Amino acid sequence: MTLTTKLFSAAAGIALSAGAALAEPAIIYDLGGKFDKSFNESAFNGASRWAEETGESFAEVELQSEAQREQALRRFAEQGLNPIVTTGFSFASVLEQVAPDYPDTTFMIVDSVVDQPNVRSVVFDEHTGSYLVGVMAAMASESHTVGFVGGMDIPLIRKFACGYAQGVKATDPEAEVLANMVGTTPAAWADPVRGSELAQAQISQGADVIFAAAGASGIGVLQTVADEGVMGIGVDSNQNYLHPDNMLTSMVKRVDNSVYDAFSAGESLEPGVVTMGISDEGVGAAIDEYNEGRVTDEMRTALDEARAGIEDGSIEVHDYASDETCDAISF
Amino acid sequence: MDLATILQVLDTTVRLATPLLFACLAGLFSERAGIVDIGLEGKMLAAAFLSAAIAAVTGSVWIGLSAGIVGALSMSAIHGLASITFRGNQLISGVAINFLAQGLTVVIAQSWFNQGGRTPALAGGARFHSITLPGAEALREVPVLGPIYYELISGHSILVYVALLCVPLSWWVLQRTRFGLRLRAVGENPAAVDTAGVSVERLRYAAVMICGVLTGFAGAYLATGLQAGFVRDMTAGRGYIALAALIFAKWRPWAALWATLLFGFLQALSLRPDVLEGVLRIDVSSQLLDALPYILTVVILAGFVGRAIPPRAGGEPYVKER
Repeated sequence: MTLTTKLFSAAAGIALSAGAALAEPAIIYDLGGKFDKSFNESAFNGASRWAEETGESFAEVELQSEAQREQALRRFAEQGLNPIVTTGFSFASVLEQVAPDYPDTTFMIVDSVVDQPNVRSVVFDEHTGSYLVGVMAAMASESHTVGFVGGMDIPLIRKFACGYAQGVKATDPEAEVLANMVGTTPAAWADPVRGSELAQAQISQGADVIFAAAGASGIGVLQTVADEGVMGIGVDSNQNYLHPDNMLTSMVKRVDNSVYDAFSAGESLEPGVVTMGISDEGVGAAIDEYNEGRVTDEMRTALDEARAGIEDGSIEVHDYASDETCDAISF
Repeated sequence: MDLATILQVLDTTVRLATPLLFACLAGLFSERAGIVDIGLEGKMLAAAFLSAAIAAVTGSVWIGLSAGIVGALSMSAIHGLASITFRGNQLISGVAINFLAQGLTVVIAQSWFNQGGRTPALAGGARFHSITLPGAEALREVPVLGPIYYELISGHSILVYVALLCVPLSWWVLQRTRFGLRLRAVGENPAAVDTAGVSVERLRYAAVMICGVLTGFAGAYLATGLQAGFVRDMTAGRGYIALAALIFAKWRPWAALWATLLFGFLQALSLRPDVLEGVLRIDVSSQLLDALPYILTVVILAGFVGRAIPPRAGGEPYVKER
């Protein structure tokens, strides 16, 4: 046995023993970063809640570039970490290739569906959550004009817009919904200046409630909303605290719950497609100490009715992603 | 379409054109002295971050602005060192500055504020607020001219007026002063300037530093004037649009004003699809409007509408004869 092979086998031995000891869960954050005040941060909160309650630890990494996606996945899988959670639809194509190579590891992807026997796909009913905030927006609006500012023009964001418009129209058929997208490239997630100007344009067209589903561009939208003294609606995480005087609500997506559940299940995490919606509080309209003064009793009643209607099927919210059409709004 | 809508679109135009104008004039000084600067984007980003970060910490937007200018100046110093003193490739140095700023701003922001590469939201004295020009309130009721003065000319942040003042100032410096003559000469024929006994290096460093100050204003305006804080990559390609505007303006200050206003106007229009549809009666896609600045620049570069002749010694390091 040469020295090199000795070294290699020793290294392999260490790697194996480390793998056996480390059956802990792992999470990979998407390019937005784990403190994006929104999607990834929600995932991080779920993971840390699990760590606090169980006293155990988890592995995590923040991607810095597109090229690291596959690398990070493979490294975690080879370390024997299980389950491995990825946040964001951008992981779908990579996971499709990586998952078959590690049949003993369970992966989870949020916001997209990957059809592999060892992948759990968690998707959210964003359209119904958006419907709820649409109902609130229509009731809060005095000008009968509400706005929507989306980030990048992709089907997922149109799904938000379509659900929102349906909620508005169902509550106030006369209301007008203005919808704009920040852009068509990934830069649209991080252009708060353009977000601000879009909000300004919608306000000058009469909008007095604006729903921002635009990542970091949404920070610009909500800033303008606060500066102009109208009302804003946040997205993904509860963003009500950003501008306590001007937030109507936030359309929360409980990514944290999905991560918490996955970590709690540990290695016995079930693969398959999981849809989180209104009934399991996967999506909803956030009401907390910052906005409760602005949420009237009528709004609460209307919200409860809408929630019940969606659950028992008497209200049908059209999902833009199902057939890429939307009657309530034109893009 | 009524006057109010037109004024709103023009108002947006002015706001969106201001960072472009600062950056375009910055590039103008640099390129007129023969230093191609593709790093405008990175310098703006560095300035945007530092101005917002320091304004958030000190609570004073003026200290923030100074910090932003210092940040852009240090980026300029790197560019100058690489491309003037060490005669490196100016394009590569510029690209490196863009990458450096992109990464560094987020890393530092994360370690300082722990908010995912953002700075805390600015409020009160940590932001540039819009100022109302004297007489705007009184003249508001005057038909046509009143609203124009009140909505369009008054009510911007002070940096907008600084940007507009920079245009005649740049023209005067470049065309009417000895420094300006030498600066232009160094971009056309540095050997002649050297023969006259004037230091080429010093002139080029001066130009690069002026570029730093102006991009500092541009970045600070984005983060503390238009917005209330820094967000990663918030320049969103404005440095490149400014470069396109510079070519469109054929490296002249007054033309730079019109070019950036035109590009700002196109951006403003793409935000208001309803206005366009109302006027033209056809549906113009906003993507087309976003692409128009680049298309126009290519048309100009191809020589269809007059020719754009860059400074002759642009992009070449000056090697003194031995």
